[in-house]
Amino acid sequence: MSAVATPLRRPRAGAQGLSGGALGLGVVTLWLSVIVLLPLAAVVDRSLEGGLSAFWNSVTSRQAIDALRFTILISLAVAAVNAVMGTLIAWVLVRDDFRGKRLVNAIIDLPFALPTIVAGLTLMALYGDAIAFTRWAVLLALLFVTLPFVVRAVQPVLLELDREMEEAAASLGASGPTIFRRIILPNLVPAIVSGVALAFARAVGEFGSVVLISGNIPFQTQVAAVYAYKQLESDNVGGAAAVSVVLLALSLLVLVALRLVERWGTRHDG
Amino acid sequence: MARRSLRFVALAYLAGILVVPVAVVLVKTFEPGPASVWESVTTPAATHAFYLTVLVAAIAVPLNTVLGVLAAMLLVRGRIRGRALVEAVIDLPFAVSPVVVGLALILLYGREGWFGDELAELGVRVIFSLPGIVIATVFVSLPFVVREVAPVLREIGTEQEQAAQTLGASAWQTFRRITLPSIRWGVAYGIVLATARSLGEFGAVSVVSGKVSGETETLTLLVEKRFENFDLAGAYAASTVLALLALATLAAMTVLDRRKAT
Repeated sequence: MSAVATPLRRPRAGAQGLSGGALGLGVVTLWLSVIVLLPLAAVVDRSLEGGLSAFWNSVTSRQAIDALRFTILISLAVAAVNAVMGTLIAWVLVRDDFRGKRLVNAIIDLPFALPTIVAGLTLMALYGDAIAFTRWAVLLALLFVTLPFVVRAVQPVLLELDREMEEAAASLGASGPTIFRRIILPNLVPAIVSGVALAFARAVGEFGSVVLISGNIPFQTQVAAVYAYKQLESDNVGGAAAVSVVLLALSLLVLVALRLVERWGTRHDG
Repeated sequence: MARRSLRFVALAYLAGILVVPVAVVLVKTFEPGPASVWESVTTPAATHAFYLTVLVAAIAVPLNTVLGVLAAMLLVRGRIRGRALVEAVIDLPFAVSPVVVGLALILLYGREGWFGDELAELGVRVIFSLPGIVIATVFVSLPFVVREVAPVLREIGTEQEQAAQTLGASAWQTFRRITLPSIRWGVAYGIVLATARSLGEFGAVSVVSGKVSGETETLTLLVEKRFENFDLAGAYAASTVLALLALATLAAMTVLDRRKAT
């Protein structure tokens, strides 16, 4: 991970040629700039067009602030549920044995493969009568699309975990829950945190799965991404850009935090 | 006992959130009978939506594959400064809301966007047209190949590549004969993920496409439109086409995962 080149392991001329060299670097940089950075810069630029005060007014309009607050709170709830259920599912997939386990393991990735609008529609088809257009509906949709993150982060760590420590603890008379809390859980924390962070980032920006089932009721079920979409539809581009910048800042924050946690995790590995 | 109840909780959660809803949609789709389902997925609007969805993926995925492998080579093999920054930029599309992506493209290529005047002069239409949909799809599916290939490259190391080069192979020969065969399952896995994401993208495409039926309407947009027009059976039918594509993706992932491990 360290940016300092280790000359012993990194061969000189050969590998440099294989990396595509200066031309490759130029192409990749250009590609990332045009596809990712330039568009995002345009959003930031547009949000500041009327100055900082206009930006602030857009972000703190009653409807915007309410949508942002609801989005962050429900994403935190989603993150919390995922921390518990994701870890539990990973544990069952690694340590338990039952028929059809491989099928269950394959199904975990379904939310990554299924288009979000279809996810929303399926939840609507089953639970629509009971919960459509409520905050529960938004919670359910977000739980659907974020399900794999914690499971897939925790699973490989749990697989690699050395069982000796657990056996030692058990032979010293520790109970199952104690072993989990004192031995297993501390090893899983970095993986859980990084899975939860990804789930949170995803939930904050989610649009497709929520748009049908939430009903988009301002001050109740309207999430920030749908709010931005509606502002754009009603030609309030500045308002849409301002809320988008807040969402963008949130995702950046999570990504940076994630890097720090990963670095902390790898340091504790060695 | 505890083990049993944990298993029960985990499976019940998965059933309630994932399996049963998807199964219900599949069942509801075929309630009116296979003939009417077939009719509903072969209307001119539906076939065009299917064609457009596949076309967009067919442009976006190869682009992201070639550039993704190149980016992974640079990140792992190259000696570049600011590696962490480049990695963060590559991860950004995972974290950015699809609506923000769509808005960003409008602000760049729309009539009043940064390049609006230049594009108008050239007579090129990006927003509410195919190029906009493609660019949005490239954005959202960008990280997959890089993310899958980079760890494999790190794992295989450089010994064989060095040996080949010592024996006089050119950089391109080394890449084609040595590196590419070792990373091929990683590349394939990345392609599967990127394809699934491309076929299923909704938010970003919804903002930039203009949703003109028979022109800029993709399959996911068709699902939304049918639902909003109270054509539930039609929405279910179109969803089932997408769900089947998703299941095929899952199957491919499972197979490739085993290949990658060996």
